[in-house]
Amino acid sequence: MSEDRIKKFENRRKELEKMTDEQLKSRFWELCQKVVEPMVDYGKNYTSPSIERSVLLRMGIDSPTTQGAVLRINEAGLLGKGAGHVVLKVSDKHKITIREAAKRIAEDKTVLEGLF
Amino acid sequence: MTKILDPKKKLDIEEILNNLEDYHPRRKGWTWREKTDYKVEKFHFKDMTKPLKNSVPLPASKYFNFIDPQPTPVITTEIASGRFEDDIRRMRMAAWHGADHIMVIRTTGQSHIDGLLEGTPEGVGGVPITRKQIRASRKACDMIEDEVGRPINFHSYVSGVAGPEVAVLFAEEGINGAHQDPQYNVLYRNVNMYRSFTDAASAKKVMADARIFQIDGAHNANATAKEGWSVMPELLVQHGINCAFSAACGMPKDQIGLSTVPPCAPPAPKLWYDLPYAVALRDFFKEYKFRAQQNTRYIEADIEEATRTHVIDTLISALTHADIQSTITPDEGRNVPWHYNNIRGIETAKQTLVALDGIKQLIKIDRDGPLGEMVRDLKERAICFLEEMLESGGYFFAVEKGFFVDSARYPERNGDGIARDGKGGVGTGSIVEREADYMAPVCSVFGKNNLPAGLKKPCDLIDGCTLCKPEKIFYLDEIDPNDNCNLRLKKTEEFRKGDKIRPEVEWAGDGTVLIQLFLPEEIEVARVAALEVAKKMGLNEPEVINAQVMHPSEGTFLEVKGKVDFSIDRKSLKIPPKEEMLSEEEIRAGIKKVGFKVVAGTVGEDEHSVGLREILDIKHGGIEKYGVKYHYLGTSVPIGKMVDAAIETGAQAILISTIISHNDVHRKNMRKLDELCREKGIRDNLILICGGTQVTREIARECGMDDGFGRGTKGIHVVNSMVKTMKAKGKI
Repeated sequence: MSEDRIKKFENRRKELEKMTDEQLKSRFWELCQKVVEPMVDYGKNYTSPSIERSVLLRMGIDSPTTQGAVLRINEAGLLGKGAGHVVLKVSDKHKITIREAAKRIAEDKTVLEGLF
Repeated sequence: MTKILDPKKKLDIEEILNNLEDYHPRRKGWTWREKTDYKVEKFHFKDMTKPLKNSVPLPASKYFNFIDPQPTPVITTEIASGRFEDDIRRMRMAAWHGADHIMVIRTTGQSHIDGLLEGTPEGVGGVPITRKQIRASRKACDMIEDEVGRPINFHSYVSGVAGPEVAVLFAEEGINGAHQDPQYNVLYRNVNMYRSFTDAASAKKVMADARIFQIDGAHNANATAKEGWSVMPELLVQHGINCAFSAACGMPKDQIGLSTVPPCAPPAPKLWYDLPYAVALRDFFKEYKFRAQQNTRYIEADIEEATRTHVIDTLISALTHADIQSTITPDEGRNVPWHYNNIRGIETAKQTLVALDGIKQLIKIDRDGPLGEMVRDLKERAICFLEEMLESGGYFFAVEKGFFVDSARYPERNGDGIARDGKGGVGTGSIVEREADYMAPVCSVFGKNNLPAGLKKPCDLIDGCTLCKPEKIFYLDEIDPNDNCNLRLKKTEEFRKGDKIRPEVEWAGDGTVLIQLFLPEEIEVARVAALEVAKKMGLNEPEVINAQVMHPSEGTFLEVKGKVDFSIDRKSLKIPPKEEMLSEEEIRAGIKKVGFKVVAGTVGEDEHSVGLREILDIKHGGIEKYGVKYHYLGTSVPIGKMVDAAIETGAQAILISTIISHNDVHRKNMRKLDELCREKGIRDNLILICGGTQVTREIARECGMDDGFGRGTKGIHVVNSMVKTMKAKGKI
C-alpha cells in the first residue's frame, strides 16, 4: 500500500512538472473546490441544534430558552422544519409573542402537537 | 455616547458595567490601518500608517524626538487571563503600544459546550465568552480606540459545537474578527465532522454578513505535529479547504485570512524552511489576507530566546507580506501571559516592522536559486495530497484514515496523524436534514430556506430580527450568584480605586513578582538554592520558572516568581516633586544678566569625557546653546585645579563629571570639591554641580553639591538648575 502510494505520488508529480506556476495554482483551487463540494451540500441541506438556536436568538429569544425550545422541537421530530418556523407557528396559533411561544415550547411539549 | 478617557486616570470598570444592557456597538466589521505618506523628523517612511493620538513609543525614541511610527500590518495581541475586568486594563496598555487587534481566548472546554454561556464567570486559561463579557470589553475598546485615535478590532473564536450561536452573538455585539475553521473542530476538538461542517456553513454566512474578518486554524498543525516544518504541504491543503469552503458559503475573499506561522525555529536553519513556505502560500493565496503568527511550538522558558525567534518570524512577514502581524507573548513557554509580556510581544513586532520599513525596495527574493525549487516542491506536494484525497473518497474519508497532522513530509507517513471516526465525536448524530418546508424567518441564513414569496427581507415575517433591530437582543446579566465579576470587583476595589498598591501580573492585587538572579552553582543546586533565596526575601509560593546554564559548574541564571501579600499605602509615599523647568527665554535672560561662565572637567583618575562634552557643546544642545561660556579642563583633572581655574576665570559654577564609582570615589570627589571651596572661602559664590552615571540629585546634595545629574541629562537640565540656584541666591 505504502509503496504503491509513493509510486502514485511520483506519477502525479510527473504530470504536474509540465505545468506552469499559474496552471499549478488553478489546479490547486480546482481541487480544493471539488473537495469542499460535499461539505457545502451538508451546510445547505442539513441543520443542527446550534443552527436552530442561532435562529431563535436572532428572533430575540434569550439563550436559556433557545436551549429548552430547540430540545423539545428536536424531540418532537420537528427540527427539519426549522425551529424558527415552529416558534412562529405556535405564536400565530396561540396569538402570543414569539418570546412567549418559545418559552411555552420549552415548558410544555404538547404545544407542538398537530402543528404541521 | 462614549465616555472620553483621561490618560492620567485608570479605567473605571464599574462605570463600564453601568447601563451595559443599553449598549450597542457603534460600528460593525473589520478595520484596516489607514496608510499615509509619513514624513517625520529627517525620515521619509515607505510603508507607514496614520500615527496614534496617544501612544507609548519605543524606548530609543527619545533620540528621535519621540516619534512612534505605525507599520502597515494590523498588530495583534492575545489577552485572556480568565477575568475580563482585568483584561480590559491590559487592552488599554496594549493599544497604547500599537496593538489594534485584540484577541480573547476562550476558557478551557468552552468549545464543547453545546450552547451559549451567560454572565461573567471566571475562566481557566481564557475567558468564558458570554454576551456580558464581550459587550463590556467592546464598550471598553470603544473608549480606548478614541483615546489612541485608531479603531480596535476585537476578536474571539467561532468554533466548537455552538459555532452558529456564537457567530450570531458576535454579529450582534460588533465583534470584528473571529477564528472559524471546521477542520480545527474536527482535528483538535473531536467535534463530529458532519456536524462541524454543517454548523460552520451557517456560522460563516453570519460572519460574512456582519463583515467579521475570519482567521482559519491551519496553524495548529504546526503547533501539534512533532516536526512542524514537515507538515507544510498539508498546511497549504488545510488553508485551501477553509478558504474554498468559506467562499462557497458566501464570504468575500478579502474577509478571509490565513493563519500562518513560520514553522521552524533556530537552531535549525529556519529560513530554508520558512521562507519557501511563506512564498508558496502567498503565491497560491494571493487573493486572500495573511495573518502572520509568530511561532509558539518552540518557545521555551527563556523570554529572550522566544523574542529572537519572533523577530525572525516578523522578518519573514516583512520579506513576503502580512496584512496582520500577530504576536505571541514571549512568556507563553512558562506561564499564562503577564500584562507586560503582551507589551513586549507588541513591541517586538512594531520595532522589527519599523526597522524593516520598505525592505522590499532594497532586497528581492531570488526565485532562480534553491528557493524557487523549494517553493515549487511544496506546491506540487500539496496538489498531490489533494489528488490523493479525492481519489481515495474525499475529505471525510481522508480524516477517517488519518491523512492530517501526520508528522512525516507528504507523501511519507509516520502513521501518527489524527484520525476521526465519522460516526464519533462530540455532537454525533445531531444534524437533521432540512425538510422541503424548512424555514428560518431571520437574516443571514445559509442554505435551504423556504420563505414565503414577496418578502423584502427574511425577517419581515417577525418584524425584524436582532441583526436588523439590535433593540430586540435579549440581554441577560448574571446567572451565577457565586461566580461573577461583581463579587470579584469588590475584592479588588482597594487596589483599583483605593490607596493600596500591590504588584500584579494578571489580576488586580495578585501580588505576583519576579526576581532574577545569578547563582554561581550548577543548575540542580541553583534551582533549590534560588527557592531558598526567594523564601528569605519573603516571597510566598516561590517557583523557578526559568533556569539557564551559564556554565556547567560556574553558574546558572534563574528567574523565580512568587507572591507578596502586603500592600503599600499610597498615602505613606513621599513622591519627589517633578522638576519645574524655566522657559528658554527666562534661562537665556538669566545667563546674559550675569555673564555666566563655568569651568568643567572630569575629575580624579577618570578618562571619560563624552557625557560632559554633550552637556557643554552647542552641537549637542549643551549649555553653550543658552549663552554660557565654558572653560573645559579635560579629563583626570585634580580637584584643586578645578577650583583654581574657577577663581582665575571668575566662573560662577564648577561642573565636574565622575563616571567611575568604584569604592565610592565619586562621592569622595564631590566632598573634596565642596571642602576645598569652603577652605578657600568661595563656596557661597560658586554653584557646584556633579554629573555621572551613578550620580543622583540626592547623592550629590548629600556630598555637598548644589545639584547632581545622572543618565539622560541634557544641557538644558543643568542650565535650568544653575539659573534657579542663582535666583534662589538672589543673584539674578
